[in-house]
Amino acid sequence: MAFTPPKETYTGKVYTLEIGVPPDTVRFGGENVLPLHGFEGIVPSRPVIAYEIQDIPPDDWPDTVKKPFKDVSDDPVSWAKFCRDALKARAIALRLIGTHPDRENRSPEDAAKTVRDILSAIDVPLIILGSNHTEKDASVLIAAAEAAKDKNCIIGKAQEANYKTVAAAAMANNHKLIAMSELDINLSKQLNILITQMGFDKERIITDPMCSALGYGIEYTYSVMERIRLAALLQNDATMQQPMLGDIGMYVWKAKETQARPEDVPPWGSLEERGIAWEAVTAIALIIAGAELLVMRHPKAIEAVEKVVDELI
Amino acid sequence: MALTGVEIFKLLPKTNCKKCGFPTCLAFAMKLAQRQASLDLCPDVSEEAKQKLGEASAPPVRPITFGVGNKAIKMGEETVLFRHDKKFVNPCAFALEIKDSLSDDEIITRVEEILNSEIERVGQKLRVDAIALINDSNDAARLEAAAKLIVAKAHEMPLIICASSPQAAEASLRLYADKKPIICGANSENAELMADIAKTYNAILGITATASGGLDEISNITEKVKALGVTDMVIDPGARKAKEILEQNTLIRRAAIKKNFKPLGYPIITFAQREDGLKEALIAAIGIAKYSSIIVLSSIEKWKNLALFTLRQNIYTDPQVPMQVEQKIYKLGEPTSESPLLITTNFSLTYFIVSGEIENSKVPGYLAVMDCEGLSVLTAWAAGKFTASKIAQFIKESGVENEIKHRELIIPGYVAILSGAIEDKLEGWKITVGPREANGIPAFLKSRAA
Repeated sequence: MAFTPPKETYTGKVYTLEIGVPPDTVRFGGENVLPLHGFEGIVPSRPVIAYEIQDIPPDDWPDTVKKPFKDVSDDPVSWAKFCRDALKARAIALRLIGTHPDRENRSPEDAAKTVRDILSAIDVPLIILGSNHTEKDASVLIAAAEAAKDKNCIIGKAQEANYKTVAAAAMANNHKLIAMSELDINLSKQLNILITQMGFDKERIITDPMCSALGYGIEYTYSVMERIRLAALLQNDATMQQPMLGDIGMYVWKAKETQARPEDVPPWGSLEERGIAWEAVTAIALIIAGAELLVMRHPKAIEAVEKVVDELI
Repeated sequence: MALTGVEIFKLLPKTNCKKCGFPTCLAFAMKLAQRQASLDLCPDVSEEAKQKLGEASAPPVRPITFGVGNKAIKMGEETVLFRHDKKFVNPCAFALEIKDSLSDDEIITRVEEILNSEIERVGQKLRVDAIALINDSNDAARLEAAAKLIVAKAHEMPLIICASSPQAAEASLRLYADKKPIICGANSENAELMADIAKTYNAILGITATASGGLDEISNITEKVKALGVTDMVIDPGARKAKEILEQNTLIRRAAIKKNFKPLGYPIITFAQREDGLKEALIAAIGIAKYSSIIVLSSIEKWKNLALFTLRQNIYTDPQVPMQVEQKIYKLGEPTSESPLLITTNFSLTYFIVSGEIENSKVPGYLAVMDCEGLSVLTAWAAGKFTASKIAQFIKESGVENEIKHRELIIPGYVAILSGAIEDKLEGWKITVGPREANGIPAFLKSRAA
């Protein structure tokens, strides 16, 4: 029986986003097909993986992922330089976790200084993330967005509780914006609409449907991503056509599987390889579901994912 | 294409006799279309209708059981392309490659490795499911000798024999005649011979395309083999690179589900072997997410198994049934009789997040997880499953009073409203309102401990 490949016809397209200042820019999104379905349409860019760094030393990261950065992680500028120069990071995600009231409660001015220091030391597409304390983030991200004015960064995350302030800060300083909602396609759509109603360009938003790690609810993120992408492409829903973020590192490196010593759980095998695999497998699954921008930590996990992406493009 | 409810309705007796248990024939037809009812429920359906509906209601991916006994693997039966539409039915199997060119000792070591691969995770036992014996030596006698070693060591383990020479395949297949093995390597040149052998030894036939033939060639071979009387097949579309695996698997599943294209309505076998163990894990991950029924691996390190088993478990969970964890008092860290006691519901995501945050706090504690049918805290409260009297009853019956000296229960901030009522029902207890969001737990517990 003759076989005709059942190609899908898509009516929508994911917006293309570019961040950074020429010549140091990266681009993602832009496809008019389901993730990496190059056989039936256009996949113009590969997913971008950003190395996660933070404004304070990574005391709460497990050893496996602390180790590769042990000589540089005391200082965000050397950490960023190391990622850019030695690890060839295409982008860097700076998490201002030290501003969290339960951590060091650093001030918005401190955060702005860290951002300025990094941007004056190296040219790299930068993603600036708050500490996920919606109230504090509002003030921190205003200061950080100003400090990075016109550097075409991504600011995040705007959530239901603080999107007005965070989106205004991104808009005033010419940045892109991450809109995060909690594992619900309708909430995600609603937040995009609210933000665009403020006059924020819908093509400058990145959707974060909320990440979850392998073994800890990844199937929820996976399916919300697939549903968002189907709505964008098959129903041509313009409020769902933003590229998606997988903020993987912070969820993966909290999981027990990335921390438990082999002597405590013999059937789980080597700790270092297990942690790296946990992050890489989480990343690949979400890339298959539709993530175009990923924030990750371990160099070996990133390297392996990049190699497989080479094969997928 | 599967029939719609209305098309099915036309074939039913239209008597609305209700014997099927549904109020009308139309209602029954709708249930049939959604595959939520079986035609057997209708006592009056005509033979003609039965035949038509039977064909249309046959699953688009043929159900096949690989192996026999306790370790038999069910494959196929899939009905959707995306897991949010409906549960993926039969989780893919992992097979470890064993080349017959290895020494006897090496073969035995690998078989033992498979037998010891079982891990328990969230109440499920997970393991490497099968062996793929590869005729790397190109020697029929060696293949047979290797198969002998394997059957002696693990006679229950389902076996895939990969050999392109029918003669080589036959000798080893004889050892597995009553064990429903897979014989992988039927192509356009040897299809008749292979089909013959598969029939003789009651084996599942693996169909492979040549480099340029692709799915068109596969479809021709499966049709030919089916005409020769072999009904159980698996498809190896020849894809090895990640991009090809994604493309071929998607096209095969789509043709089967959306077009009801029978020549490709069979389970897919994916050969994911790579030199780099981590890269192999990632190729396998693509197979798990995108429609492989069997994934062949070259190595099964424990860390890799754990990651792949977990992804398979996650992708194959039922999206309509919330994942639940067992109702009990969980110990986090090494709690003492003075350690704090928190309570939450048994939605697995809630449990994972809350227990993770308690661990992050480094304050050992007890987490009472109450069965609320897998609902999250607010939903369970709204649905009347997380109420003061049920909480009080659960705490009393849990036996936690024997483990702790204090009588303080920390409840989620979202149900602060319950604190008075629980105190009334749980005599001698003090109820403390904890944070609304789990990410507030570390600060909350640390400040109490300080």
